[in-house]
Amino acid sequence: MDRDAGMSDSDQTRIAQQFIEAIPHARALGMRVDALGAGMATISMPWAEHLVGDPRSGVVHGGVVSALMDTCCGAAVMAHPEGPASTATIDLRIDYMRSATKGQRITARAECYHITRTVAFVRAVALDQDEDRPVAAATGAFTVER
Amino acid sequence: MAMDRREPLDQIKSRRDSALSALVSGVPYLAWLGIRFDRRGDELTAILPYDEKLIGNPLLPALHGGVTAAFLETTAIIELAWTAMWEDMESGRAVPDAAVAIAPPRLPKTIDFTVDYLRSGLPRDAYARARVVRSGRRYASVQVEAWQDNRSRLLAQATGHFLMPQG
Repeated sequence: MDRDAGMSDSDQTRIAQQFIEAIPHARALGMRVDALGAGMATISMPWAEHLVGDPRSGVVHGGVVSALMDTCCGAAVMAHPEGPASTATIDLRIDYMRSATKGQRITARAECYHITRTVAFVRAVALDQDEDRPVAAATGAFTVER
Repeated sequence: MAMDRREPLDQIKSRRDSALSALVSGVPYLAWLGIRFDRRGDELTAILPYDEKLIGNPLLPALHGGVTAAFLETTAIIELAWTAMWEDMESGRAVPDAAVAIAPPRLPKTIDFTVDYLRSGLPRDAYARARVVRSGRRYASVQVEAWQDNRSRLLAQATGHFLMPQG
């Protein structure tokens, strides 16, 4: 994703959505780019029956949250003003603070808070409709391919 | 109940297989990803058959990092639940009857999970095995490794902490 200073935020978001839709797994999970800024990304996805990890509660599997967080963190790295040509996850830690509520959309917000020539550092949160109580938090390191 | 040396082998296998199936088959997300488990005695190997929807980078192509994380986390949770179940089953505290459908057991909850991505995932099948490093009454620590063609060339490894189901 090349960044061009002449583009508006909505152009950026539209291009990011096309970028997301080119990723088969992101498409399979129904991910949507809600916002994109300098080193920031917000991506959400709907709850679905086939993503349930605990049939007793109907809560989505932690792996689904991981996939959303990973995609959102990668998008934040790509959206950084020193934007790399591409990126890959080096490591990602996720803290699960509570279960996401059954039936609610899950939204990830990621921020690339530091970037060097070779590594990007990212943190993110995952939220459902109760935005005051995060579902999960993530920190990760990503490669910077020039 | 002590172990019965003369128990028919097919009965033993059917008991263990139905216990594993009760654990795995009730989880919709595992079926959606296509994850299944191969059992040799008490040792489990998770298998993630390749599918186009698992791709995260269509240009390389490479598996999605989230898929790798999900595969590792699932393997850790099932191994942990299986280990607890195995002890109950083999000591005779719980005797699952192959003819009776077993209610899905309560699964451990993930507290935190850290994945090291060591190689980009090829568009091929992936395998994983987990090891319960420490399992207490409330908390457990699990280490898990995933690979593709070569067991010694890891795709990713992870460590996670889990809250054991109570009661």
